[in-house]
Order: sequence, then structure tokens, then C-alpha cells
Amino acid sequence: MLLEYFQMIDVVEELDPDNGRIVARAEVPMESTVFEGHFPGSPLVPGVLLIETMAQASGFMLLSRLKFEKMPFLANVTSAKMRTFVEPGEILRVEAELEHDGSGFAATKARISSGGKKICDSKLMFRIMPFPNTTLKNNMLDRFSQISHSSAG
Amino acid sequence: MATTFEAVAEIISETSDIPLDEITPEKNAFTDLGIDSLDFLDIAFAIDKNFGIKIPLEKWTEELNENKASVDEYFILSKLCARIDELIAAKNA
Repeated sequence: MLLEYFQMIDVVEELDPDNGRIVARAEVPMESTVFEGHFPGSPLVPGVLLIETMAQASGFMLLSRLKFEKMPFLANVTSAKMRTFVEPGEILRVEAELEHDGSGFAATKARISSGGKKICDSKLMFRIMPFPNTTLKNNMLDRFSQISHSSAG
Repeated sequence: MATTFEAVAEIISETSDIPLDEITPEKNAFTDLGIDSLDFLDIAFAIDKNFGIKIPLEKWTEELNENKASVDEYFILSKLCARIDELIAAKNA
């Protein structure tokens, strides 16, 4: 994870676009400027970044289903539960599954665990829209290639 | 068994916090009830799940943006329910 750059997913470990399922790994860094403020003397990954992590896992699954022809934008955090704290150095398992494939939107369920311990879960909704420009599309393709190839190594 | 309109009105009331008695068939979901496009995603999701259909929201939005249809054609509730009935019939055909 590069928290400052919102690169939350490190490796895609399992991906089944047809059935709408993804499992990814995210390694919390030991150091980050985020921890300087959240919190001084007691570094914890902010809950909003855990939601972002679940959204990104959902997003890469949806992008794969859409064959990168359209972009899913987070539109609604229907629910989110933060069950325990996440500290620097933790290895996170991020899972997301398609709950509903609508017309122009999609709903997912996602969760994060660490060492079998539940960390958080959420229900998310995305608007499916055209890419606003080719820069974003190419960036998404490059990023997906990086995190997908990581799983082979 | 609830009619399509009754089920849709219940969904709108729950998702958008609008009193049920204000939701009548001649109302336009957007211009009369003040529902916005984000709220309508929740409504479409609930309608899809409730009736086992897929409202073609993307196609409708494109037609609206290209001025090929008016908001009333799709989002007056009686017309919306008629389209839902058509989708249910097509699914069961």
C-alpha cells in the first residue's frame, strides 16, 4: 500500500470476473505520513482508507468484468463496519463480490481480514460511466497489470 | 399481493424517506418528489432485486441526454410501473 498515493491494492491473488469475485492482498507500510496525524504515538490505518481499499478491490473486479471499457466510480457506501484497528505492517486479505449487476451501476459486498481476523466489511455501490479521458484508462490498465503480474511472481 | 405501484412506492418511501401518501402515480420521481440520480440508483437496485429484472437505466439516461426522450416518459411513476410490468412480462415470456 502506498497510502499517500491511494494505491491500496498490492497483489490480485484470485480473480473471477464472470462470477464477480476478487481476492487481493494489501500490505500496510511500516511508515507513512498518514500515520503522523492518524494518530500521533498510535499509528492506525484510517477507516476511510479501509473503505477505499474495499472499493478498489471491487473496482478492479468490475473493471475486469467491463473489460476496461468503462470505469466504476464509487457512488454510495451503503454500509461499513470497522471491527478492529489496523496497525503498520499488517498483511490484509481484501475480498469483494458482485451483489448486483445493474444497468449503469453495480453493487458489491467487500470485506478485509488479517490472519483470519475480521477487520471490516461494507456494501458499496458504483456508477458505471465512460472513462473521462484516455489518461485515466491507461493508468487503470497499467496499475491492474502491475498488481496482477505481482501474483505470478 | 402488492401491485407494482404499491411495491415501487414502498421502495421509494424507504430509500428516499418520502411519506408514502405523497407518492402517487402521476408524480414524476425527479421533478415532483425531488429524488436525485444517486437516490435513484438505490431505487433501481431495490426494484431490480424486488422484481428480478434489470431496469435499462443506462439506455434511458442516454436517451434523455440526447433529447430522444423526456423525463416524464420514464419517471412519472405510472409510466415507470408500466415499464416494470413490461420487463417482468418479458422475463416470464
